[in-house]
Amino acid sequence: MKTFVTKLGIDLRLLGMIGALVALCVMFDLITGGRFLTPRNLFNLSVQTASVGIMATGMVFVIVTRNIDLSVGSLLGFIGMTVGALQVHVLPDILGLGHWSIWIFAAVAATLMGMIIGAAQGWVIGYLTVPAFIVTLGGLLVYRGAMWWVTEGQTVAPLDPTFRLLGGGADGTLGETLSWGFGLVASLAAMALILMSRRRKSTHGFKVKPVWAEAILVALAVGLIMAYVWTMNSYTIAKGALPRIAEARGIEMTDGLVLNHGVAIPVIILLIVTIGMTIISTRTRFGRYVYATGGNPEAAELSGINTRMLTVKVFALMGALTGISAVVASARLGAVDVGLGTLDELRVIAAAVIGGTALAGGFGTIYGAVIGALIMQTLQSGMASVGVDAPLQSIVVGLVLVFAVWVDIVYRRKTGV
Amino acid sequence: MNKQTSQTPLVELRNMSIAFGGVRAVDDVSIDLYPGEVVGLLGHNGAGKSTLIKMLSGAYGADSGEIRINGEKATINNPRDARRYNIETIYQTLALADNLDAASNLFLGRELTSGMGFVDDDAMEAETRKIMNRLNPNFQKFAEPVSALSGGQRQSVAIARAVYFDARILIMDEPTAALGPHETQMVSELIQKLKADGIGIFLISHDIHDVMELCDRASVMKNGKLVDTVDVKDVTDDELLSMIILGKKPGEDAA
Ligand SMILES: Nc1ncnc2c1ncn2[C@@H]1O[C@H](COP(=O)(O)OP(=O)(O)OP(=O)(O)O)[C@@H](O)[C@H]1O
Ligand SMILES: [Mg+2]
Repeated sequence: MKTFVTKLGIDLRLLGMIGALVALCVMFDLITGGRFLTPRNLFNLSVQTASVGIMATGMVFVIVTRNIDLSVGSLLGFIGMTVGALQVHVLPDILGLGHWSIWIFAAVAATLMGMIIGAAQGWVIGYLTVPAFIVTLGGLLVYRGAMWWVTEGQTVAPLDPTFRLLGGGADGTLGETLSWGFGLVASLAAMALILMSRRRKSTHGFKVKPVWAEAILVALAVGLIMAYVWTMNSYTIAKGALPRIAEARGIEMTDGLVLNHGVAIPVIILLIVTIGMTIISTRTRFGRYVYATGGNPEAAELSGINTRMLTVKVFALMGALTGISAVVASARLGAVDVGLGTLDELRVIAAAVIGGTALAGGFGTIYGAVIGALIMQTLQSGMASVGVDAPLQSIVVGLVLVFAVWVDIVYRRKTGV
Repeated sequence: MNKQTSQTPLVELRNMSIAFGGVRAVDDVSIDLYPGEVVGLLGHNGAGKSTLIKMLSGAYGADSGEIRINGEKATINNPRDARRYNIETIYQTLALADNLDAASNLFLGRELTSGMGFVDDDAMEAETRKIMNRLNPNFQKFAEPVSALSGGQRQSVAIARAVYFDARILIMDEPTAALGPHETQMVSELIQKLKADGIGIFLISHDIHDVMELCDRASVMKNGKLVDTVDVKDVTDDELLSMIILGKKPGEDAA
């Protein structure tokens, strides 16, 4: 079994996390008598994972460089509230109510705002050398307070209708046809990536995996993508929402009409962020420097890497991703109240850590953090659907976090990395 | 030294000083280095050898003093500046990122990229295999992070990094401390070859025989100060040793 896995070239940690995820799903499905692994529940699960998952990819870089960001939850709230106010109170006066471009302004503003605030934190950490723990702990308090100021504590609603599509829901999906198209594109891309890597390796005369191993990998990737699309395309839209959605999709409303959801837009955003961050972490100089700095800051500096500027960039990236998450989270709720994002910093850090990011720095993967976010969300949704009450839920999540990190430490010790 | 005085030195360190807190780690030291020359740096532990060369490699900024390269004043504020003057350094601590593999370390800060600007790991591994083949043919651990390597293997990676990028000035801070006899021999041969190519080398070592064999001149430091710089062929092992231990110039009476 072990040599089979090595030949496939999948690392054991990935396999372990997927195993844990599958085990959780099957367990909850058995306990609920088949109510957990339904298209509806999987749709909601993936949408709910998006916001934390997006931020967790950025947290990987933060933790890999031996830093921490405790401010992301508050920053998410502050940004959500600000762009909420922007699209409800400011932009309609300038562009006209319901103008088509409002969502673009709001989304860009959110990302930029996060980036600038993140860069400022990174500057204090990198150049003034105040520890990240302190700077972002301060940020946690500052942004939560600043958020209140934006509207004197009032809830902002309703958000722009187009903007709200970014949060998922019955309207915020690709629809069936586009979802299949998306599945096809994603499958082709996965195939191309695997083949390209193989060709690159063989041009340098390196050993490549056996053909059957590559074939299994391709089949796994395509199978997973298509199974997900198929599941999302089997989640039927409720009768009540049918006329509205049929109109939005340009389909004539008839009596026997059945429409399905398809892949939700926040899931697409999470996917794009995950792919983008994976490319940054494995294929760019910046990503390489992030890991080098985490592994040995002094060596990185002596190799000519400007580690201070790197810190600014890492936190700016974290901020920008927090901005994107703020868009997804506020759009999903359709309104912003002063509680938005509360405790998200802990969920995000937990996701990254469950996903194998080492707090000592130097190690962590993007896919791991996203699976970590998925595991956390599965655990939470699963317990809710089984009827575990909130206090016990947080007790279980807390214990699982500590347990997961212990397993990771044992794994590292055994494999010597 | 006669042949050298007619030439411009490759490196001149003039009146270099640096203090950490109250400790004057390097105190008014002047040394120069000519092309194709190996200058040994000797001295007891904590004498200031590493600190002196770190000012040349850009790791530390000097409190005072001047660095001239090819006769012109050089501004070296950080390791990037030093690399621009083609100064390469093998640090005593090796300065490797333990979590990365040999190739990533070798090319750290100077990654090979493909057309689209992405790092090309396969090309870097291929290059690393080539150079390691010359330096340490037994080296095979290309996929593992360098934390999984032995001390000598790690040192080979650090040496490979310093010589890969066409250095003009090479600083070697105890480069063979962890190497086996065969690997040490290969480094000696490498030094001879680089010297023949006209590269100037600072070699820090505690091994007097190495210094006598490989160096043209030797500078001895004690407590941050330069004791003296001598032509290796003008002194004996014992004279060099007493310079290190007693801090006296040869011919001076040991007090
Ligand atoms: N970063 C630093 N901070 C404070 N003191 C330092 C620092 N680096 C060196 N020193 C001090 O400067 C002095 C010279 O140290 P250095 O490392 O240059 O010695 P060395 O000659 O290289 O010794 P060794 O043979 O043990 O390598 C020592 O007293 C050391 O404690
Ligand atoms: Mg030293």
